[in-house]
Amino acid sequence: MAPATPATKRLRPWWNSRFLKAVRNNPFSVLGIVIILAFFVFAIYPQGFTRYDPELLSLRTRLLPPSSEHWLGTDQYGMDVFTRVIYGARTTLYIVVVVLAIATGIGFVVGTVAGYFGGVVDEILMRFTDIIIAFPFLILAIAVNAALGRGLLQTMLAVGFSWWPGYARLVRGQILAVKNEEYVTAARALGGSNLRIMARHVFRNSVDPIIVRVTLDIGLVALATSGLSFLGLGAAPPTPEWGRMVADGRDFLLDQWWISTYPGLALFLVVVGFNLVGMILRDWLDPSSVGR
Amino acid sequence: MAQYFIRRILAAVPVLLGVTVITFVLSQLLPGDPARMVAGQFASAEQVAAVRERLGLNQPLPVQYVRYLGRLLRGDLGTSFSSHQQVAEELRFFFPATIELTLVAMILTVLIGVPLGVMTGSRKAPFVNSGVLLLSLIGVGMPVFWAGLVFQLIFAGRLDILPLDGRLGSTVLPPPRVTSMYTIDALLAGQWSTFVDAVTHLILPAVTLAIGRIASVARITHASMLDIMRRDYVRTALAKGLPQQQVVNKHALKNALLPVVTTIGLQVGFLLGGTILVENIFSWGGLGTYAYIGIFRLDIPAIMGLTLVATLTFMLVNLVTDFAYAFLDPRITYI
Repeated sequence: MAPATPATKRLRPWWNSRFLKAVRNNPFSVLGIVIILAFFVFAIYPQGFTRYDPELLSLRTRLLPPSSEHWLGTDQYGMDVFTRVIYGARTTLYIVVVVLAIATGIGFVVGTVAGYFGGVVDEILMRFTDIIIAFPFLILAIAVNAALGRGLLQTMLAVGFSWWPGYARLVRGQILAVKNEEYVTAARALGGSNLRIMARHVFRNSVDPIIVRVTLDIGLVALATSGLSFLGLGAAPPTPEWGRMVADGRDFLLDQWWISTYPGLALFLVVVGFNLVGMILRDWLDPSSVGR
Repeated sequence: MAQYFIRRILAAVPVLLGVTVITFVLSQLLPGDPARMVAGQFASAEQVAAVRERLGLNQPLPVQYVRYLGRLLRGDLGTSFSSHQQVAEELRFFFPATIELTLVAMILTVLIGVPLGVMTGSRKAPFVNSGVLLLSLIGVGMPVFWAGLVFQLIFAGRLDILPLDGRLGSTVLPPPRVTSMYTIDALLAGQWSTFVDAVTHLILPAVTLAIGRIASVARITHASMLDIMRRDYVRTALAKGLPQQQVVNKHALKNALLPVVTTIGLQVGFLLGGTILVENIFSWGGLGTYAYIGIFRLDIPAIMGLTLVATLTFMLVNLVTDFAYAFLDPRITYI
């Protein structure tokens, strides 16, 4: 294979870019992009797509089947299922952002400190990480959530606390990989402080795999938190939350199937969407993974 | 090899201790007075004080932890806040049902996921490749609690070919209790119709629980197979004219399955978590049902007991998979 010269790199036309190549490699990914865009639009501006209130009780409209008035029917409280599904995107986005902020936050700190300082610090932090990983994830999240008490904040803390070890390991690995690169040594020789080196040199070069991981994790976090809401932890009614909505419709499953089915379908689509997009990002940012 | 096994077991001990530290700390977070919770709502002040004395709740925390550890070693997981029964006793009652369900889901995962990955990964076809990828994404992305309800709606509600929930039909008596797994007990007692009934009740929950795992194992096997089929020794075997099937079975398969073994252990963690959701949907009287009651009443000893049992199970499974791996690939014992 001929070595790529900078000239050919600059001249590569846009339709041949690595990003589009990643998309072409996986034609279904277009579907993922569409789903994610819709998800963000619904989450940001739900009131633009419906004229109903997502949390307003209305006894006259209880348990109506899907119709032109109520596209996805109504639930046992007379609330419009379509409206609640749309607003549910906002709840899910909020939950996922908070949980991943907690998980990546703890993971970054633990992974960076362990990887950069090494030695005893590394040993202690990694053994702690091993302990968290020893639990089946969902069961640890339930245990922490139960200990903290009922509530959405508690659930987000519990899931975030159970989720960080993956990030800690990832960040630590990245840091170990770049720690002894010459540019880091050079920065140290120039008198850069530990914090400065970590922030400006080590962290910058380990960010790509973390972006990929976060994208792939969005769907999984949404699954986990809505699972906890389904069990009665997490979002309290009447908050429009997909897992809770699925649970609410259970008693009506056989006759008013739409109450449970549609919120779950929305969750399902969003998870698949983020996984598809995560896959493109991975192929794009890390070409060695193509086809895996 | 024996040395490696011993080292692995010893390495698990501090992790296990750490796990108990975490459940201990989590038990302490609870607002309110645990002595009162154990003594019950109508206990007098003296009774509460007696419980506090008996459980050592007036001791400093490190002392309490050591006593907690001592109790765990004797198999005492504490007293449930809601039922006032021994948690260990209750778990002994609920756990076999979960073992039965997760075991069947595990068998489905291996029997379907691995061959699927091998078949699709053993020849080079870009179309099949992205098809497998999409199917596995769908399987992994399916919310188990939603999938369970949809299956109930279709197979029990509309088609009426499988039971809606429970472990046995309402007219069927449980078989004589040996393992508390109805399928096995029914076979042991020679009650064929009870066995069939238990199996039909197993199908929906086990499939629901297994879908995501099948998808995940199929995908990993697929990737591993693709990787191996690119190796030089496989190309050589094909080049010298061996039939594709023989190359796959004799040369590629064994090496391709090595990384799969490790993931299968990890799947058990997902199964143990997923079973909490699935059992709740199918009224399967196992750990999931126990957890649901515990969550409903915020019964901390029950939830921590369940957490410990599930985590111990998960750790044991991972230990066994590590041993299996070392057995299949002796190189690992030198690392």
